[in-house]
Formats: sequence, C-alpha cells, structure tokens
Amino acid sequence: MAQAVNRIRGAFAPPRKGETFELRAGLVSQYAYERKEAIQKTIMAMTLGKDVSALFPDVLKNIATSDLDQKKLVYLYLMNYAKSHPDLCILAVNTFVQDSEDPNPLIRALAIRTMGCIRVDKMIDYMEEPLRKTLRDESPYVRKTAAICVAKLFDLNPTMCIENGFLETLQELIGDPNPMVVANSVTALSEITETAPETKALVITPATLKKLLMALNECTEWGRVTILSTLADYPPQDVKESEHICERVTPQFQHVNPSVVLAAVKVVFIHMKLLNPELVRQYLKKMAPPLVTLIASAPEVQYVALRNIDLLLQAKPDILSKELRVFFCKYNDPPYVKLQKLEIMVRIANNKNFDQLLSELKEYALEVDMDFVKRAVRAIGQVAIKIEEASEKCVNTLLDLIATKVNYVVQEVVIVIKDILRKYPGYEGVIPTLCKYIDELDEPEARGALIWIVGEYAEKINNADEILSGFVDVFMEEFTQTQLQILTAVVKLFLKKPSNNQGLVQKVLQQATSDNDNPDIRDRAYIYWRLLSGDLEVAKNIILSQKPAITTTVSSLPPALLEQLLAELSTLASVYHKPPESFVGKGRYGADAIQRAAIQEQRQDAAENPIAASVAAAASGSNGAQSNIENLLDIDFDGGAPASAEQGGTATPDRMSSPSAVGGLPGAPAAPSGGMADIMGLFDAPPAGVSGGGFGGMGAGDMMSSFAAMDVSGNSAPPPPGQQLGHASSSGSGQKSGNDDLLGLF
Amino acid sequence: MASAIFFLDLKGKTLLARNYRGDIPMSAVEKFPILLSEAEEESSAVPPCFSHEGINYLYIRHNNLYLLALTKRNTNAAEILLFLHKIVEVFTEYFKALEEESIRDNFVIIYELLDEMMDFGYPQTTESKILQEYITQESHKLEIQARPPIAVTNAVSWRSEGIRYRKNEVFLDVIESLNLLVSSNGNVLRSEILGAIKMKCYLSGMPELRLGLNDKVMFETTGRTTRGKAIEMEDVKFHQCVRLSRFENDRTISFIPPDGEFELMSYRLNTQVKPLIWVECVVESHSGSRIEYMLKARAQFKRRSTANNVEIVVPVPDDADTPRFRTNVGSVHYAPEQSAIVWKIKQFGGGKEFLMRAELGLPSVRGDDEHGGGMTGGFGGSMGGVGAPGKGAKRPIQVKFEIPYFTTSGIQVRYLKITEPKLQYPSLPWVRYITQSGDIAVRLPDAV
Repeated sequence: MAQAVNRIRGAFAPPRKGETFELRAGLVSQYAYERKEAIQKTIMAMTLGKDVSALFPDVLKNIATSDLDQKKLVYLYLMNYAKSHPDLCILAVNTFVQDSEDPNPLIRALAIRTMGCIRVDKMIDYMEEPLRKTLRDESPYVRKTAAICVAKLFDLNPTMCIENGFLETLQELIGDPNPMVVANSVTALSEITETAPETKALVITPATLKKLLMALNECTEWGRVTILSTLADYPPQDVKESEHICERVTPQFQHVNPSVVLAAVKVVFIHMKLLNPELVRQYLKKMAPPLVTLIASAPEVQYVALRNIDLLLQAKPDILSKELRVFFCKYNDPPYVKLQKLEIMVRIANNKNFDQLLSELKEYALEVDMDFVKRAVRAIGQVAIKIEEASEKCVNTLLDLIATKVNYVVQEVVIVIKDILRKYPGYEGVIPTLCKYIDELDEPEARGALIWIVGEYAEKINNADEILSGFVDVFMEEFTQTQLQILTAVVKLFLKKPSNNQGLVQKVLQQATSDNDNPDIRDRAYIYWRLLSGDLEVAKNIILSQKPAITTTVSSLPPALLEQLLAELSTLASVYHKPPESFVGKGRYGADAIQRAAIQEQRQDAAENPIAASVAAAASGSNGAQSNIENLLDIDFDGGAPASAEQGGTATPDRMSSPSAVGGLPGAPAAPSGGMADIMGLFDAPPAGVSGGGFGGMGAGDMMSSFAAMDVSGNSAPPPPGQQLGHASSSGSGQKSGNDDLLGLF
Repeated sequence: MASAIFFLDLKGKTLLARNYRGDIPMSAVEKFPILLSEAEEESSAVPPCFSHEGINYLYIRHNNLYLLALTKRNTNAAEILLFLHKIVEVFTEYFKALEEESIRDNFVIIYELLDEMMDFGYPQTTESKILQEYITQESHKLEIQARPPIAVTNAVSWRSEGIRYRKNEVFLDVIESLNLLVSSNGNVLRSEILGAIKMKCYLSGMPELRLGLNDKVMFETTGRTTRGKAIEMEDVKFHQCVRLSRFENDRTISFIPPDGEFELMSYRLNTQVKPLIWVECVVESHSGSRIEYMLKARAQFKRRSTANNVEIVVPVPDDADTPRFRTNVGSVHYAPEQSAIVWKIKQFGGGKEFLMRAELGLPSVRGDDEHGGGMTGGFGGSMGGVGAPGKGAKRPIQVKFEIPYFTTSGIQVRYLKITEPKLQYPSLPWVRYITQSGDIAVRLPDAV
C-alpha cells in the first residue's frame, strides 16, 4: 500500500518521492538522533504546505519518547493529520493516557491539551478518564489546561460532556484558589453557554460574583479580559451590586493592556445605568483619560478603540468634549485611523473648540489622499450645520478650498454647500462661485447637488434657465439621481419664472415620461405633469413650499442598534457597527455552514490521500453513522441533508466594505431578522441618512432612492425616531409640502 | 477567540499556520490577499478587520509579514489584535527580529510557543520572560525535563522564586518623550508628554517594592503638603505587577517586580509645554528653478541643560538637486532617499539659537503647482488614481533630541522602598532622568 502511495505521489511530483522515502527511512532509523531529525524535517515539510500525511504510521511510532521536544512535534503532527487516518489514531491513545499521568505537569498538560485537539471520535472515547483526573490535578498549570479541554470536548460531543458531569466540575473550578484556573473555567463555561444556552453552564450567583472579582485582581491580562466580559453580561440584582462591580472594576482602567481597559470601560458603562446621576458623572469623568490613552496604542488597536469611542460618544456626547486635540491626525497615521479620527472630531465639535477644529480640517483638505480629503471637506460641512456660530467660518473655508480647483475638492464642496443651504438659506451669496465650476462636476452626487441649488434659487440666478437647459439636453445620459434632480429643478424654475420656460419644462417631462423607462423618474414626472396641468397656485404651494431646516448631517445609529452595540464593546460587532447576527450568520446555521466547509476541505484532503480515500470509498456505500467520513465530521448535521457550502455562503453577508467608508447606515442585510431591524433603521435613520439619501443614495439601495424621488431631500429632518412610524400618515395634514401626500400614494 | 493564526508573507503566501479550533476551512486564508487588494482598490482606508462569507479576518503587519487571525464568531477584536502584537513582541525577544527568515528558521520553537500562548483560540501565557524559562532552543532529556514554572499560573505570574544576586541593585530610568504638533505659523496645536518609568531590577528573593512620586493627587488624598512641585498625571498605566486596587485607594505604587528589565509604568500629561527646541522655517521658491529654506532653531530650556544628538529633518521636493548649505553650527546633509535635508547638532546648549540656510535646485520642467516638500504634490491630477496612500503625503519638519538629567513635567522619584521579608538585604536604588523627543512635527509653511 505504502508503495502504491509513493508511486501515485511520484507521478505528480517526482522529487517528492525521494523525500518521502528518505523521511520514512529516518523515522524508523535505529538511531534516536536520526529519528528526531526526520521528525523535524517532516514537520518542516508540513509547514511548507506539503502533504506528508502518508508518513502517519511512521511518525506515530515515535510517540513514546522521553524527549519533550520530539513529543511535542509528534503531537503537532497528530493534530494536523489525525483526520486523514482516524483509525490509526487509536494507536496513540495509549501514550496519551500514559502521558496524562506523567510525573511532569508539563507533559500531563500537553497530553490533555493535544487530546482535545485531535478531533476524532476514537480519541474522544478515551478522553473521559484523563480529563476527569487532570481537572483535579494538583498542578494549577494542568488544571487550567484541562478546563479549556472541557470546552473542546463539548464542541465535539456535548452529550458526553454533560453526562460525565464535566460542566459541574468546571463550575466548581470557578472557586479554585488559582486565578488562571478560574479565568479558564469561566472562558470554557461562557463558550459553552454561548453555543448551547440551554445548558445554563455559566450562571453567576452572588457567591461566584465575589470569586470573579477576587480573581480579577490577580490573574493575567487575558484572564482579566475574560472575567470582565463575563461581568459585563451579568445582570445585577440591585443598585448596590452595580455600584460594587463598578467600584471593583475601575482600577482596571490603569492596566497596561488596552483590551483590559476597553473591557473595563464596557463593564462600567453597562453597570452604571442603575447608579445615581452623580456617580454616573464621576465614572464618565474617570473613563475619559484611559480612553484617550487608548489612542496611543498600536494602530489596529487604536482603530478598534476609535470605533468604540464613536459608539460611546453617540450615547454620551460630552465625555470627551475637552479632548479634541488628541484626535488630530498624525501625518503617518494609517488612513483607516485618520478617517475614524475625523468622525470623532466632528462628534466632539462644540462652540468652544470649532475654531481649532476648522483650521485643522482645512489643513487635511489640502492633503493628497483623496478619500481623506473628501471626508475632511464633508466634516467642515457637518460642523457648519452642527454649530451655528461656526457656519460663516466654515463657508469661508469651503470657498478657500474651492479656489484650489482640485477636482474632487470642488465636487465635495458643492455637495457640502448644498446641505449648508438647507440649513442656512442665507448663504446664497456663494452660488455664483459654485456655478463657475459646473463643468468640473462629473460625480452624480455633485451634479445633483448643484442642480438642486439652481432649482431652489432659480429666481435669484439670472442664467438658471441656461444652466438647466444645458442639463436637459443631456438628460438621457445622466444617472438616475441626477435625472431626478434635473426634473425637480426644471419644474421649480418653471413655477418661479413661468414666462419663458414652458418649452424647457415640456421637453424634460416628455423625456422623463416617454423616453425613460425608469419607473421612479416616470412616476415623478407624471405627478409633476398632473400638478402643472391643474391650478398652478396649488402646484406652487406644493412644490415650492417652505421646507424646515435640517438639523444635522452627522450620522448616528438607530437607538435600538446603538443600545445593542454598546453591550458588544470591543467585539467585532462594535467595530463593524453592525449587529452580530448580520455577519456571524443566523444561529447554528451560519456557523454550521462554515464548519461544513471546513469538513469539506478535510474530506478533500483525505480524497487526495489514497489510503483515506479507499477507506472513505469503502464506507461511502454503508450507513453514514458507521462510515469513516463520520469521523471527519465535527458535529452532527441534525439529521438534515447537508446543504452545500455555497448555500451557506449566501446566508452570510459579503465582506463589509470598510465600515468607516460606508457611513452610518447598515448595508442591505442578509439575515431575515436583521433585515427587519435594518429596514426600521432606515426610518430611524437620522437626518444624515435622509438628507444624504436624496443626493447620495448612501448605499441604502432602492428603498432610499424611491424616497429621494419624492424629494424628501428637500423635506424636513425627520422627527425623533419614536414618532417615525406615525410620520408618514399623520403629518400629511399640516402645513407640509406635498411630499408627504405623495408618500401616501405608495 | 481566534480559530487559527497565520503568518503570511507580503504576497499572502502562508509561511506557518496553527489551527486552534478546526471550525473554519484553512483555505479561507487564500482569499485574504484577494480581499485585501480588492478593498484597497475601493478605498485607501482598509481597516484591520473585515468579514467575508461569515469568516472574520483580523490582521496586523510587521516587517515583511502579515499576522492574521481568523474567526467565525463575534470575537473580542481588541483582544485578538493585541494578542497578534504580543506574538510579535515575544517572538522578537526569542529571535531578535521577526521576519520571513526567522519564521522559516525557527518553526519548531514557533509551534511550541504558539501552543503555549494560545489554547483553543484563547490567549494564555504571553509573558516572554516566563516562557523562556520552559520553552528553550535546547532540547530536554528526561533527567532535566523542563517543568512549568510555578509563575505561569501563579498570582505573581511574572517572577519566579529563588532568584539570587550578590549585589542587590535597582536602576530606575524616568524617560519622558515629548509629542508635539506645531502649525506652520508657529502655534502649538497639540502637546503631550508620554512618560515611562523603566526599571532594571537585580534583587534576590521576592522583594516587595514601594515607589513614591511627587504625584499631586496622592498629596491631595493624603492631605500631605510638599515643598516641591507636584505633578498631575492624566492617565497612568501600570505593569501587571502593580496592585491596581491599592493605587486606586491611596495612590500607593506597590509591587513585586519581575526580574531584569521592564517598564513599570507609563503616564500621560496634557499640560501645555513649550517646545524645547523651537524651529522656525521660511521657504522661498525662486521662479520655480530653485528653492531656499531658512531655519532657525532655539533651545528653550534652562542654560544648565544640554540637548544631545539634535537632528532636524526638513522635507524637500522629491526631485531637488544640487544642495548647498550654510550653517554656523553642526552639519547638514542631503538625504535623497527620504527626500529631506538633515541638520545635525551634537550638543545644543540651553538658551542658544542657531541658523541654517539651504538651497536646492529644481528641475526646470515640472508639474504646475508643486512646491516645497511635496506640499501639494500629486494634486492637479484628474479624478481617481490621485490618492495613492502615503505617497507625497504632506510631511512635516521633524525634530529629534535627547536631554539628560531633565524631565519636562518635573516628575520626581521621592523614594523607592525595598523590603524582602525573608532575606532582609541592603539594596541600592539608582535613578536617572531623561527627556526625549517623541513625535515632534512642525508643519512646513507654504513657499513664498
């Protein structure tokens, strides 16, 4: 058989034949040093990605050794290739069991740690005794390793884990005198609880709480993170308990490891909800300096911290109001850090610090990284709308910037000024300057913005008809969002200057209805047409109605999502600003799909290995329960037919394009329940979403653009989210524009 | 929690991998370079973690390596990214430098370390001093088999018992680095002192140490008064040996130190400091054919102190040539590889002021609006493709220096008490102070 293997292998990669042969000779050599060398070479080949699974039996012969290094290497080999020779693993069991009783704790721990990593049924059957013993081992090093091993076993065979009472043993270990054992037990239990909540593996009682708080001060940094994360999830019994937790956790703010600091911030932030306002104020004050210090950590960690600070600021806008300077970008910050710092600077801008901020933003707008420059320009606009005192300075800064004539700066300035005009219509003096750059604008959002401005101020722009007729001429070549703007602007122009624009409006309506097959555009055109064919005064009242000013263009998350994410601080969810179910995949399904892919991969590996393949082939006809393939499966399939990996793929969303670039709105969701939440999010979406949507369609998809079609962009900022749902139906009656009535049409 | 850790070269090829949980296909790593380059095309800002088809990729870059962790859960991102940095730290201590070569040369020990540092995706022991006690390059025979140091799981996980020194000494270095951002018109936009107290500890047994500083909050809480100046530290971070709850209660810094070198604490002060070495710069461009820099550097600290190894790096256009310099002190040279001129002054006395003029030629044919140090270099292009990250970014003037026997903040070590209850030896603490430049950036003014 072995020769056959070599022959087949040799056919594909000639040089490998010699190598495998040589390695095999070394592995069975009579000299210990030659064997050891051969093992090292085998591992080397494995590292290089060569398949050395054919050597399995020979490597296995070297497992019983007193040389610790050699043992480790053999174990490592076993972990990697056990799946391809599940039946041979039984030969290793004896050594493992012996090693788990070795006088040296290092070896006992190594044995139990490795056994848990050999994910083969035969091995699991023999794990029970060694695990039971090592969980009670005298050495804390062995106990802490065994604690994690319970989680490994649960992952492979939950029933066996529960039946043997390992969960109870772990729960007892929370009271272990050694802090690291405590931490690992908590880790294992919380993982088990996460995968199988019905086990109620980790239930925190006042007594365990006390133990956790004790261990917190003594264990390693990673143990602290575990314990703190557990504390964050713990629902306090009463205010006193919350107070106690906050008090005990606060010293961790001084820990040198940023993830400990972040975990501590999370605990205090969650538990202080019950405290009295005075204490809350004190804790928030205490939180600021450590948060600031996080900005000095490694850039990747900084990024996580910044994304989290963003969330914290949305909940408590004032915590860092004095710390603006800390967020100034360094010239060598990575781009993802820079963009995130900009977000945060805008959030903490107030009427005391805007001067400083503006001169800094202007500096950034003269940099060379296009994304960063655009974001800086946009930030200037956000500051203008956020802080009334700053608006004049902002507008002047923007005018300075437009004078640089850098194409993308000009476009961004136009977009930003459009929003400024929606809040402060008084800055119409800048319009002639903007109009000079019409030919520069090639992005639909920028073109749309300028056209909107021209329509809105048609009566004050002498050559408005000229400008717009230029756009009407190329109407059919424009993007949808620009077309919508042209349509609205021309109608506005006609209503303001009816005398000489009848031809123009007819031309555009004609094109939009008969030549165009986009329903959004056609529908809007028909509505305008009908309005215009009736009483022009009514049309005027509707189309030219006074629109309330927008209040902000800083995006924020819907309150429900924000609340959810604040409980997820420092996790991936808090970095993506998306609920976990949107990227983890729905419950067991998403996880299973990936696990299945992992199995598929191993099966494929096995298929490349003739020995295993032949075993697999023999087994494939028989019942699955007995087949060797079963050994390759890490989990049961719930009896259902295994869905293909591709199917699983669709259940989980695609890679999120850099979260910082997407803005506040969550992307189109994949998971059904997440979907609902996110669609709600669209309504809850703060003004930025709506205002941006009108022109940018900020990735919110068709839903948004159809709203944009109703010229919501010109509409008010939506009222607080609570009233959102009632908004469409109830507000139609007021002095509001026709937009709301039009909404009713849907 | 991480399902697997990978070491990749810059092309994304796997050099070494460790699968901790077997719950994700290891082939997912092959998508990483593709996803990365796709994301880079979309935006210049690719974050250090992203998700694709249910698998989350968290990575850092170090030298010519990517360290990548994969997970399918909603993992603690800060923890995993830090753990990757910790791997770098530990491996660097083991192999001097962590790069492609050292991965290839040390795979056996790397597997061992990875096995010890993380179990089932959860970080375990990352203290390199302790790891070095039982994971070494030499092999172990049965007689002298390594055992896990008690310290691994001890409450004092950073120090082993039974350490002996003939002479018991402690060296304390108080090092402050100054971070400064100065606008082109000379306003200090941001200033920050990052301080660190580093220790070299050669003490026997399990010594108990207590450090006293002129900490303002401590004086206030204890109601004591002091003659000297007290300083107010914004945020203090301690080595894990320091008892945090004790500090929280009465600001006492008490600890059992690790053996050898370590950083005991770091602190941050936001107080406005005047730049210790003040640099003013005027840039003159002469009809696009040559460019002239006039620099004035002034030492704004006490006359008694001296700044050593002062280095002022002035960015110049990439295509400048024929440099000519004039200065009354130090030496100037042109460093074309970093497109800068470097002015070095060995010793810069307090209160002194020096001048330097540099003149560089510029090629006659050039882009329309480029001037001074890549100030706006790269602009003027059409849409897209302009924002090549890092390239031509607006570089500031950088200043480097070192001032011994001096701290900007005025922090002082009042005492260091050392007690070892069992051995009761006499011991000697030594203290040194030094101020360094951290990240000092003076924005270059526009050319006139």
